[in-house]
Amino acid sequence: MTEKPPSITFRLDPRSGVAPYRQLVDQVRNAMVSGLLREGDQLPSLRDVVTQITINPNTVHRAYRELEHLGIAEGRAGLGTFITSYSSRPFDATERESLERKLRDTITEARHFGISEEQILELITLAFRQDGDVRT
Amino acid sequence: MIDGTAVLETVNLGKRYRRKWGLQDCTLTIPKGRVAALVGPNGAGKSTLLRMAAGLDQPSVGNLRVLGESPTSGSGDLKERVGYLDQERPLYKSFRVAEMLRFGAKNNPNWNMAVAQEHLAQLDIPLRSRIGNLSGGQQAQVALTLCLAKEPELLLLDEPAAALDPVARDELLRILMRQVADCDSSVLLSTHSLGDVVAICDYVVVLAHSRVVLSNDTEYVLESHRILSAVHDGDLLPPPGVSVINSQSSTRGQSLLVRVELPIDETQWRVERPTLEEIVLAYLREGSPGAKDRHSHDDEGLGE
Repeated sequence: MTEKPPSITFRLDPRSGVAPYRQLVDQVRNAMVSGLLREGDQLPSLRDVVTQITINPNTVHRAYRELEHLGIAEGRAGLGTFITSYSSRPFDATERESLERKLRDTITEARHFGISEEQILELITLAFRQDGDVRT
Repeated sequence: MIDGTAVLETVNLGKRYRRKWGLQDCTLTIPKGRVAALVGPNGAGKSTLLRMAAGLDQPSVGNLRVLGESPTSGSGDLKERVGYLDQERPLYKSFRVAEMLRFGAKNNPNWNMAVAQEHLAQLDIPLRSRIGNLSGGQQAQVALTLCLAKEPELLLLDEPAAALDPVARDELLRILMRQVADCDSSVLLSTHSLGDVVAICDYVVVLAHSRVVLSNDTEYVLESHRILSAVHDGDLLPPPGVSVINSQSSTRGQSLLVRVELPIDETQWRVERPTLEEIVLAYLREGSPGAKDRHSHDDEGLGE
């Protein structure tokens, strides 16, 4: 019997100040952006994750609940947890162009103020974190 | 009132050895289903607490309930519902692994032989090997396997992964986590590895100078602590709504590790998230008897 590989392999950074469950949530989000995960994909079962990496099953459970809460995944009774259609909406060329333009403007403005690339990236990270704080 | 959802509850629990207190004024509640870490320096009282919870030591003062019962005067079946493992692994060196399993089966009514054999197979430990010929890491894995085969509701583990190489340590903790996933066991384990705490624990108890200085969900601990830093000559008053756990000054600045109760004014302070390790270290360094989280669970106490 050949075993199917999991749709995603998680990792945990113990030196991060981000709660472990949130690290998993972020990894699912990133995997969707990069195309590793798509609509309808089944997330590995709790036991599979626990077999794959050394992690508390409660953390995985918490992460999946959070993904459901965010509308990214849905639990189907007796089947498992699946990526929903809503979450994997492709982002089209116009949207991409508009976002890129705004980002370029921000960078130009920052350069004008004499702010370094590292500082800009730090600001963006901070903004994401605050956004995450608001949403969860 | 005894809270039915707690696996371990202590109120003002203390243990005195001759002149010295091994554990003092310990009040905490560990909810069911958690994997709780007990951290603190050597001699802080971790083993003392675990031994009392396992019914091996009698408390000198205070109250202790394990799965709702008193470990020393409760009914005999508590021993079957609780698995205890310390670093003196209860193994017979001349026995073969299979004999050790049969020995366990004979002495434990709830013995799950299939689980034990599955774990050992995953670890590549042959049943025919003599215990004495196994490596230290394998012996630790066999000892934990025996403990898990009882399928206890609560596991009390005193530094289960100490002195193991990184691979053996990871395999041991993974088996422990699989058991938690399969059997909904609750765990209280002592450890010096804060990395392990982040990976596998969702509850953390910090003991310093024989007292509890922090006891809460790791997620809550991470979310409720921040590092504040500001450029400033001399001392700057911390913002309102925070308790300073630890502070560090540099030539032109100040950095505080704080517990946050109110949103912080981010115009004056740069706000960062500390790692769990930084938070635990801050509590251990401060470690004074006045630490405020000490009685955070008073309202959930046992009463009389």
